[in-house]
Amino acid sequence: MSGYNFAYLDEDTKRMIRRAILKALAVPGYQVPFASREMPMPYGWGTGGVQVSAAVLVPEDTMKVIDQGADDTTNAVSIRAFFQKTADVAVTEATGKATLIQTRHRIPEEPLTKDQILVYQVPIPEPLRFLEPRETETRKMHALAEYGLMHVKLYEDIARHGEIATSYAYPVEAAGRYVMDPSPIPKFDNPKLHSAAIQLFGAGREQRIYALPPYTPVVSLDFEDHPFEARKAEGACGLCGAEDSYLDEVILDDRGGRMFVCSDTDYCRTRREAEEAA
Amino acid sequence: MYVAVKGGEQAIDNAHAWMAERRRGDTDVAELTTDQIREQLALAVNRVMAEGSLYDPDLAALAIKQSRGDLIEAIFLIRAYRTTLPRFGASEPLDTAAMACDRRISATFKDAPGGQILGPTFDYTHRLLDFKLAAEGGAPRAETADSDPVPVPHISSILGTEGVLQPEPRTDTTPRDLTREPLSFPADRAVRLQSLTRGDEGFLLGLGYSTQRGHARNHAFVGELRIGMVPVEMEIPELGFAIEIGEIEATECETVNQFKGSKTEPPQFTRGYGLVFGQSERKSIAMALVDRALRWEELGEENVGAAAQDAEFVLSHSDNIQATGFVEHIKLPHYVDFQAELELIRRLRREAEAAQAPAPDAPAERTKEQEPAE
Repeated sequence: MSGYNFAYLDEDTKRMIRRAILKALAVPGYQVPFASREMPMPYGWGTGGVQVSAAVLVPEDTMKVIDQGADDTTNAVSIRAFFQKTADVAVTEATGKATLIQTRHRIPEEPLTKDQILVYQVPIPEPLRFLEPRETETRKMHALAEYGLMHVKLYEDIARHGEIATSYAYPVEAAGRYVMDPSPIPKFDNPKLHSAAIQLFGAGREQRIYALPPYTPVVSLDFEDHPFEARKAEGACGLCGAEDSYLDEVILDDRGGRMFVCSDTDYCRTRREAEEAA
Repeated sequence: MYVAVKGGEQAIDNAHAWMAERRRGDTDVAELTTDQIREQLALAVNRVMAEGSLYDPDLAALAIKQSRGDLIEAIFLIRAYRTTLPRFGASEPLDTAAMACDRRISATFKDAPGGQILGPTFDYTHRLLDFKLAAEGGAPRAETADSDPVPVPHISSILGTEGVLQPEPRTDTTPRDLTREPLSFPADRAVRLQSLTRGDEGFLLGLGYSTQRGHARNHAFVGELRIGMVPVEMEIPELGFAIEIGEIEATECETVNQFKGSKTEPPQFTRGYGLVFGQSERKSIAMALVDRALRWEELGEENVGAAAQDAEFVLSHSDNIQATGFVEHIKLPHYVDFQAELELIRRLRREAEAAQAPAPDAPAERTKEQEPAE
């Protein structure tokens, strides 16, 4: 696209974002304020992720964009097209072939490698926000590592429901210090946060970037007698038969008919192709 | 066998084509030009410039056409364009005392130097639909006269000499640029005013209204409301002095507010301030009310817990581009999170039902309802 810089953002803006990313990598889980720009897509559509991707993208990259685990959901299509247009980078649906993956709400099933960067779109970066609406307060709580409120919330869940009733955006502790929101991924994905890849989290509207360097210890908050448990719908994918992948439920008719399919469309397709080849 | 929904790319292309057709509407009707929008929907253009933070009537008119008249969408188009523009520097502060006023009214003094000028206002029109306008608008002309060359000083400057109006501290520090730095709290008044002037008109209107209805009431009088063209000056480094680079239309509102005094301040009037691009009276008055409410801390007033006093609440929620994005984003796919919630609810319900069901070997208890009628 003419008239715009490589990957849309001007170099000064990219430098500002890269500095925030470096700081975020140096202090895992800490939310670094950054001067988020108005992007040509709405806030809430992944402007934070798009800015982070634009700042780290190089012409040699191969990019993959997923939303809900799928490459062909409309917003993933739109963001992928944006980078094809503004950066002319190669794109792929194959997790293993991508060097940069932008995601909303999922971590791919296939383990990531040290040559990959995973960029998350984050709506509300503050894990304490729904316990304390004020930023001035929550920043203080993080500074003092004052996370009692979060533990009380989790405890109250157990008292009321017999278990921690948080099924997505399940809070974690990064590198033994900051409590962090992993973005609204299902808690099934939480164990994958311990990864060989660089993980970058961008919240555009809230003007925050945070990160997990490779192999950062990430602990999902729990109690000794109520240990964290990754969960998914029981059963196997109706298309590829996978029993180890996160499943989406699809309604087939109005008489209660339903099936479960892999949310990670690349994982599902790869398995089906391998089966056909065999 | 169900096949997962494919073809997002084609669907998006089709949606865009359909929207373009809808935008044009019935092709038997003449197409709207951006000149027509700029000239005949000037107040909409003003709002888009003010909340888009970009003074360019032609681009604002284009944005209104492109957005099918959805002004928040138009503001969004302007913001997204504005953010790509290079910054050459900052202008000198506007000298609004030198404004060529089309309108200038004071609610506090019957007359003042420079006089009261009603200007082009809806204020005293009777809101009766003018059916003639539907047929033919014509080219109405207003009488003109030579303007009085007397200066039009701010009412506040007249009150200020008497000492009954709290002076505002002068500062030469460059204000922070909200569009280049993340918002942080506490926010100083310059940042608050920056945020308010590009904030959503409806949001500020509601908040300003709430102060009048007792949620942090601040007894405001419109000391002055003025609308007109103001020169914009900028110091050019190569020249070493400021030159005029153009002029903009702006609306300025200064409210004079009762203040009973505090531990540190004697009783005096204080002010709220509103300054907005174009003719934007409603917005500038609402802005002044909210600005004044937000000043409770520096004036040593009580925080009564009102929304309009809460800088973090006001500034974090006044931007309509942020708000519309986040409110509307919940229509995007959330299959994955919903599935996780569904799974959790089903399990909790199973457990609750299991806990309520009687154990199979427990003796059936006869309750009163089960007893045979006598």
